Amino acid sequence: MELNQLTIHELKEKLRSGATTAEEITASSFARIEAVEKDVHAYITLMKETAFAEAKRADEAIKKGEGGLLAGIPIALKDIACTKGTLTTCGSRMLSNFVPPYDAAVIEKLREAGAVFTGKTNMDEFAMGSSTETSFYGTSRNPWDLERIPGGSSGGSAAAVAADECIAAIGSDTGGSIRQPAALCGIVGMKPTYGRVSRYGLIAFASSLDQIGPFTKDVEDCALMMNVLSGYDRRDSTSADQEVPDYRQFLGKGIAGWKVGIPKEYFVGGLDPEVEEAVRGAIKTIEEAGAQCVEVSLPHTEYCLAVYYIVAPAEASSNLARYDGVKYGFRFPEGRDLLDMYKKTRSAGFGNEVKRRIMIGTYALSSGYYDAYYKKASQVRSLIKRDFDEAFKTCDALLTPTTPTPAFRIGEKTDDPMQMYLSDLFTISTNLAGIPGISVPCGYSASGLPIGVQFLAGHFQEGRLLQIASEYEKHAQIEKRRPNL
Amino acid sequence: MNFEPVIGLEVHAQLLTDTKIFCDCSTKFGAEPNSHTCPVCLGMPGVLPVLNKKVVDFLLKMAMATNCKINRESSFARKNYFYPDLPKGYQISQYAEPPVEHGWIDIETEGGKKRIGITRIHMEEDAGKLIHDENSPASYVDLNRTGVPLIEIVGDPDLRSAEEAAAYLRRIHEILVYLEICDGNMEEGSFRCDANISLRPVGQKEFGTRTELKNMNSFRNVQRALEYEIKRQQYLLESGGVVVQETRLWDDAAGVTKSMRSKEEAHDYRYFPEPDLVPIVVDDEWQDEIRRAMPELPLEKRERFSSEYQLSAYDAGVLTQSRALADYFEEVARLSGQPKAAANWVMGDILRFLNDEKKTVGECPVSPANLAAMIRLIQEGTISGKMAKDISEAMYKTGGTPEEIIKEKGLVQITDGDALAATLSAILAKNPGQVAQYQSGKEKLFGFFVGQAMKATGGKANPQMLNDLLKKMLAKH
Repeated sequence: MELNQLTIHELKEKLRSGATTAEEITASSFARIEAVEKDVHAYITLMKETAFAEAKRADEAIKKGEGGLLAGIPIALKDIACTKGTLTTCGSRMLSNFVPPYDAAVIEKLREAGAVFTGKTNMDEFAMGSSTETSFYGTSRNPWDLERIPGGSSGGSAAAVAADECIAAIGSDTGGSIRQPAALCGIVGMKPTYGRVSRYGLIAFASSLDQIGPFTKDVEDCALMMNVLSGYDRRDSTSADQEVPDYRQFLGKGIAGWKVGIPKEYFVGGLDPEVEEAVRGAIKTIEEAGAQCVEVSLPHTEYCLAVYYIVAPAEASSNLARYDGVKYGFRFPEGRDLLDMYKKTRSAGFGNEVKRRIMIGTYALSSGYYDAYYKKASQVRSLIKRDFDEAFKTCDALLTPTTPTPAFRIGEKTDDPMQMYLSDLFTISTNLAGIPGISVPCGYSASGLPIGVQFLAGHFQEGRLLQIASEYEKHAQIEKRRPNL
Repeated sequence: MNFEPVIGLEVHAQLLTDTKIFCDCSTKFGAEPNSHTCPVCLGMPGVLPVLNKKVVDFLLKMAMATNCKINRESSFARKNYFYPDLPKGYQISQYAEPPVEHGWIDIETEGGKKRIGITRIHMEEDAGKLIHDENSPASYVDLNRTGVPLIEIVGDPDLRSAEEAAAYLRRIHEILVYLEICDGNMEEGSFRCDANISLRPVGQKEFGTRTELKNMNSFRNVQRALEYEIKRQQYLLESGGVVVQETRLWDDAAGVTKSMRSKEEAHDYRYFPEPDLVPIVVDDEWQDEIRRAMPELPLEKRERFSSEYQLSAYDAGVLTQSRALADYFEEVARLSGQPKAAANWVMGDILRFLNDEKKTVGECPVSPANLAAMIRLIQEGTISGKMAKDISEAMYKTGGTPEEIIKEKGLVQITDGDALAATLSAILAKNPGQVAQYQSGKEKLFGFFVGQAMKATGGKANPQMLNDLLKKMLAKH
């Protein structure tokens, strides 16, 4: 096995014992990038030069018995997290020249942990999309089938991990943007509780839904990454001032006697039979591991998509107002006057999906429509939250499919936004409720495409999620395949 | 038909915090353009606002001073509009859930005391400033002011004349400055006012169509603009026209209000709850803490000055026109032990000197201790009131103590009886004719002898002593 194919915990062991060095691991990751990146297109910006400098520093630290939790581990960063001195585009022409003078809080934490940054990964423009096809930089490809999408919006990060172009990656999840691509690329992806990870420096899509989380090759790595990313940050008022447990302590603790809820609303029309079969298999595995699976109801599930497509665009329309060509980013070179400059800049700087959502959001917030749309959506959102609260009164966790189908073909849904939006059907409610969710591989379709299962838990119960996910991973013994690249 | 104006004012006050409302940048006025900025107040991608608690402290002070109800929980909202001085494309303000509402203040009107309602007070961030270069097609943006904390005080439409509006505005201004939460500078824009005004036939309950007046940057402007607008609307209504709901700007030079934009072009601000900030929760403990730190307000102070120092209402009013002046007076009163004399000297000489040089009491070269010392010297008879006039002036010029000035000028009163008697003897000896006339009943000549004695002593004779001695000596002759 090549170094770049290993997990964080395997590499940490090798680094600790002196069997390898951070420079070797980094070299291995970049060799892979050179070999497959032209096919996968996971990255927008590579950070090779700084990566080797970071690796060197990590080696020195390790030699002295120092170095953080991720010392010498190559990590890819979704291009939505601001990196000081490195181009940060958010997948948009609008920020195609934006070099932030600051690091996002998660970037600081990763740096402090000694991570080696491989580069900034491709994504749907401003995280709006489920396929990475709305990126100004072209679509990324699913390493399992280059004709298919890797999911989105964090498709580049998921593809980079699945293709072994890095060891782990950072994504952001507003309506499923970590869990959906993780499922479609056959890896682990977690959206933490809203407030668990600081959003400072994360370019905002929908502020009340956005959360940063990791993509990893297994559940243990996910726990490790969560240890690094979590914690209070005074620069983010919505960040939670709550103690962060060592998430590794939840691994392998077993789930005997657990009650796991299966929301009946998630097993209805639109669910691909192969996905359903794989997820039913996962339910069986969980029962074999000692948990009791019970049917539960989340009665407001049918409204999730509608609520999401009011709340997220409304917030986005406001968050994206700052891209006006005045102070930074793209500005259309000609304009008769101020209004003309605004119009031309925003017309040329944003892609169609972003414009569509700005228009939906602007409409939903307009006077005369606010009560009917935004306010109503906020009220239904409370009901959706309450559904989960009720479910977690009796259940330790919930189990659902992550996505309705395996990865679809590039271009298949680009002309039909509604079809595209449906691919986040099972992930969106988590963001509306602010609870954590994790997607873990649970099998393959007949054509060899990965399928994921999603576990959900109550607020700040990431530990429980890791506990059940690690138990599932252990018992399911999903065949370890690698994409044929 | 008789019309009655209905006026409501919206006051924006810039708060005197050291740092901005959502970041740690300085709020200092007059710095190099864009030197007091950071990624947060520049609205860079990904950065987030963090509320400065001091701003809430200041708001709570104003709430208590205006008898407002303090809501336990309130939240921020986004007011969305595009403009180059607004880096995020929205202003963080408060909309649906105000932190503070339903208060009042009393104003003095011709008809006596009148209570004016306060609808609400809320917090918001200021925008930046555009600098237009007349010689080039470019405009520049200075974002130093962006994120400077403001409170908006929305008054009820209880005002019925331009005079009442001006009185209300002065009271609000006075309270803000007294609380030391706003410098009240209208020229620099730290105290701004918009007015809503409509007319209705006397006796009618419903309001007429209103206009909004902006751009009034002095108390005088506010009063003039409202007077003009009342006349304009009255003329329109009387001549069968209609008032159009619109925003109008006061043109100070021309002395008229001018249409700025009509309602049809008005913005749709698309307010919605600010998702980057959590609700503000003001618990009892926080309120108590502020209540304990509340200074005495001008009205209370005035009443206390009248009763505690037996000052007239007028004097109490003058001495409480600013917190610094009131403090100055109280210090002089305390150190001298003579409040009445202290009030007279502060209102007389000290204020006159300061006004002549357009200085504030904070810049007064005469310390309360020095003024008090001088008052004590008068009381003790060391100096006369007339000498004190010269001494106070000298103290103002040099900042010296009264003792230093007395010594320098040789101003001590002659209270030595023997010396005074010797001087008087010499005068009486020199003027035997006048002495005879006085003794034969021409008592008016007493003044003549006093004048001579004062002349001989250079005005330093203790007048009381001189009088007594002179009477005795003339009787003896």
